[in-house]
This record gives sequence, structure tokens and C-alpha cells, in this order.
Amino acid sequence: MNYENKMKLSFNSDSRNEAFARIAVSAFIMQLDPTLSDISDIKTSVSEAVTNAIIHGYEGKEGIVELFCGYVENTVYIEITDKGKGIENIEKARTPLFTTKIDEERSGMGFTVMETFMDTVTVESEKGVGTKVTMTKKIDKTSSL
Amino acid sequence: MQLNFDKVNNILIVSIEGEIDHHTAEEIRTRIEDEFYSLNVKNMIFDFSKVTFMDSSGIGMVIGRYKYVKNFGGKVVVAKVNETFDRIFKISGLYKIIKCYETLDEAVSAISGVIK
Repeated sequence: MNYENKMKLSFNSDSRNEAFARIAVSAFIMQLDPTLSDISDIKTSVSEAVTNAIIHGYEGKEGIVELFCGYVENTVYIEITDKGKGIENIEKARTPLFTTKIDEERSGMGFTVMETFMDTVTVESEKGVGTKVTMTKKIDKTSSL
Repeated sequence: MQLNFDKVNNILIVSIEGEIDHHTAEEIRTRIEDEFYSLNVKNMIFDFSKVTFMDSSGIGMVIGRYKYVKNFGGKVVVAKVNETFDRIFKISGLYKIIKCYETLDEAVSAISGVIK
């Protein structure tokens, strides 16, 4: 893909980096002059995917989460990758309210939130290898509203 | 993230100032339960007017407190929820068990009505 602009970050699977990741993406996409609503949708989705990588991919152990963000015209592409344990059953993981961490008060709504707020969400995962979540969203420019 | 507490009758009003995510949710739940216990209250209102960000961790946090308060026979409601957080609560089905009010006064009256 020929992106107009792109960026890549690698960071520790530390829960403090959930805020870092979503703020970094929102700062990057400001170049597209997005609406507040689009910024909020993208920040929330990035937070969900990064949280999944930290608590499910690495299960609290140290690892590296990779974040890619690029755009072509008005469409934003985001990839969040971990080299953690992988998802056994992707379809099940995407089901609303499905959670493997009920004791930790996880609602099981992460993928549903991503699917609601983004245009497309793709999940590729292999047990013992890791998980890659790809999301896209066409944004409205504030200036065109 | 900052937490402010207020007590009205036997209701604990929790105002969360800042971001609710997986990182902050743990501290939020511990501090709320400490306060709920030490103030000897029965019910809880979440004031969302000063929340600047929330992902699905917020759903788990609110439902967790609902279960906690229910053990004491109390009620939990949310108030002053903006449009973005309202969407997150709606898709999760949270409103099936927890009511939402536009103002704190309405939330307090609703809970007080229940107690009488």
C-alpha cells in the first residue's frame, strides 16, 4: 500500500502505554483535520486493541506491542501487533460479552467496540505466534463539514 | 485520573475526573470500594461529567461496582453521560441493569424514591 504518510511505534506491554498509544495515534491523524467524533472513535478502538495485546496476548508478561498507522486520502489504517500467545478461536473472541478474564472485570466488549467505531476490523492470529488487528476508518474532514 | 467523593444521605456519589481504561480501572475500583465501606453508605451514583476518555474497561468497572453494591442491597446508577460514552454503554447492554440520568439531582431522587 502506498500511504500518503505513515508511522510505526514499538513499546512495552505495560498498561501505562495504553494511553500513550491512543494519544500518539490521535496526534498523528490530526494532519487529516478529523472531527472530534472521529478522533474519539479511533482513540477508543486503539485503546481496546492495545489493551487486548497487553492482557490477553502477553497476559501481563513483558513483550513488545507494535503499532502502525498510515493514511491514504481520508482513510486511516491502523495495525496493532503482538507476539503473544495468540487467539485460539477468533470468532468466539469477537462475540459480544465473551471474555476469558471475568475475574478481572473485563466486559468482553473490546472487539464489539472496535467494530462499532471503525469501518473494518480484521483479526489474524496464530496460537503461540501472536495476533495482528487491522482496522480502517474513513474520516470526515472538519473543514468539509 | 482523580476521584472525588460526595455523600448524600446513604448514597456515595463518585465523580471520576480523567481517563478510564484498563490501567486506571484497577485503582478506581479499589478506591471506590474503600470509600463505600468507610462511609457506610448503601447506594452509588457515577457522575461521568468529568470523564475525558473511556473504553470498554469502563463497562467492566461499572458492572463490577453494581455487583458489589448489590451485595449490600443497594443500587447503582450513572449520570451525566456524554454521547460517546452513552454509545459504549448502549452496545454493552449496560442500561438493562443500570439506569442513566441526565442530572445528579434526578439520580439522587430516583435512588431516594427506591429507598423510601
